[in-house]
Amino acid sequence: MSNGMALISIFTLAVFVGFEVVSKVSSTLHTPLMSGANAIHGVILVGAIIVASHSTNNLELWLSLIAIVLATINMVGGFVVTDRMLEMFKPKKTPKVETAKGDK
Amino acid sequence: MSRDIYDLIGLAAAACFILALKGLSHPRTARRGNLIGAVGATIATLVVFFYAAEGSSLPLNHLPEILIAIALGLLIGVPAARKVQLTQMPQLVALFNGVGGGAAALVAIVEYLKLGGDAAKSGTEISVPILIATVFTVIVGTVSFTGSIVTFLKLQELMTTRPVVFPGGRFVIAVNLIAVLVCGGWVVNSADTTSVLVLMGLSAIFGVLFVLPVGGADVPIVISLLNAFTGLTVAASGYVLQATLLIVAGTLVGASGTILTRLMADAMGRSLFGTLFGAFTATPQAAAAAGDARPVKSGTPDDVAILLNYARRVVIVPGFGLAVAQAQHTVRELADLLTAKGIDVAYGIHPVAGRMPGHMNVLLAEANVPYEQLVEMEEINPTFGQTDVSIVIGANDVVNPAAKTTPGCPIYGMPILDVQQSANIIFLKRSMRPGFAGIENELLYDPKTTLLFGDAKASLTKVVSSLKAL
Repeated sequence: MSNGMALISIFTLAVFVGFEVVSKVSSTLHTPLMSGANAIHGVILVGAIIVASHSTNNLELWLSLIAIVLATINMVGGFVVTDRMLEMFKPKKTPKVETAKGDK
Repeated sequence: MSRDIYDLIGLAAAACFILALKGLSHPRTARRGNLIGAVGATIATLVVFFYAAEGSSLPLNHLPEILIAIALGLLIGVPAARKVQLTQMPQLVALFNGVGGGAAALVAIVEYLKLGGDAAKSGTEISVPILIATVFTVIVGTVSFTGSIVTFLKLQELMTTRPVVFPGGRFVIAVNLIAVLVCGGWVVNSADTTSVLVLMGLSAIFGVLFVLPVGGADVPIVISLLNAFTGLTVAASGYVLQATLLIVAGTLVGASGTILTRLMADAMGRSLFGTLFGAFTATPQAAAAAGDARPVKSGTPDDVAILLNYARRVVIVPGFGLAVAQAQHTVRELADLLTAKGIDVAYGIHPVAGRMPGHMNVLLAEANVPYEQLVEMEEINPTFGQTDVSIVIGANDVVNPAAKTTPGCPIYGMPILDVQQSANIIFLKRSMRPGFAGIENELLYDPKTTLLFGDAKASLTKVVSSLKAL
């Protein structure tokens, strides 16, 4: 299999995984899920680092440095904001433990 | 580090992303899922440096500049994400998505410039699949960037939240799209710098035109769609760079984002097509035609307290106004007080109340509202007939009967909470201003309705204290 074909195969399989993995989600989680997925595509940072490191002139370097800044914002900011959203869903620990004991 | 080990670690990061999405789909595992995703992304980023330090294929020049750029991104991104108010999270997500799309477009352009330079030196040509992937990334990444900025401006209310439709808009956007595609062909054929910059400019305009006609509650759906777009651009730039991890991560986001967009559209009873192109066909609203002069019944906090005191079942319908007023704790105090009096209390949660699906759940969870009291729309709607009082706090469009009765209005077809079936309705509003979608709500003039004007938190505090005094 040629390299290009291998990449296209990976792409196709990833499409199906992506479809499957989120097929049933309650509307409560739509926003955090969108935000988490948003953070994941911040991995373009890796691509930005690669192009920056082999840039051959100033235009390429500056464009790729801007890309690094933007991608870092996307990735890190995305995960932090998703965590903040999900933090709210977490039941407060102490009362939960108490009720669990009370039930017994 | 050898190429094989590097690829293996990349594979592990890709597996992290799959587990992250899986985890994020279930309430109990969501937070862990997000953490796994963050670990995957960190591994992927760090390993590039180690690979580059030893590997020959990646020289890792400009290391100081790269590190400074990353630090700069951290300095902007982390405080923004930590300090943002709960009410403003949706637009922050939109903005993060936009910069991601912009980054992908820039990566593709830089790689294109470099490949062009290499090709000129060696006298060869860039392969057509790579060129097509580049064109795709530049177009869609830029559309995602400018489109997300428009959604940010709309959600931040820096511009009108209504659909922006201008005469001949459909024609302009069609011409723009054709220009984008023709220019894409130009890039593939000529492979020079000018063409790719023109392509970026045309795509930027298209992104703006694409999102402008979308208004009101449809904006979150568009954010989700643009999110999926950005995922696909990351995948395409992964193809250009021959980086497997980017292909997997980008495709996962693109595919799951598409499903998520459809789920969101379904939850609102919208077709995706209608959301994106509905504004072109909708007739401009005769805004509040008969409205302004009609009398409304406004009450005092004491009136409301008495009404509540003799109710048996009360449903609280929260909306964006609750988030703005930060009244979630006061609402809970009221609900606790009513429960203590033996009154049955539930919260009716519309899937898109607030500015995003799940917005209200997040807000009320913060105030420790018991999860069982949060009832989703399909379950609560049949019970409004037996409800004595519905309290609508800072919500408008999600209870507007026009969604059922007025074909052609921007929210027509959206499922609503049937508060009009309850015996009494109390609206807590700042003013008579229409909701996010910019349309009049007939329910405000209903004889069953009592309006309590003012900041939701201040009004609720007064209601609570008069209820205590009873």
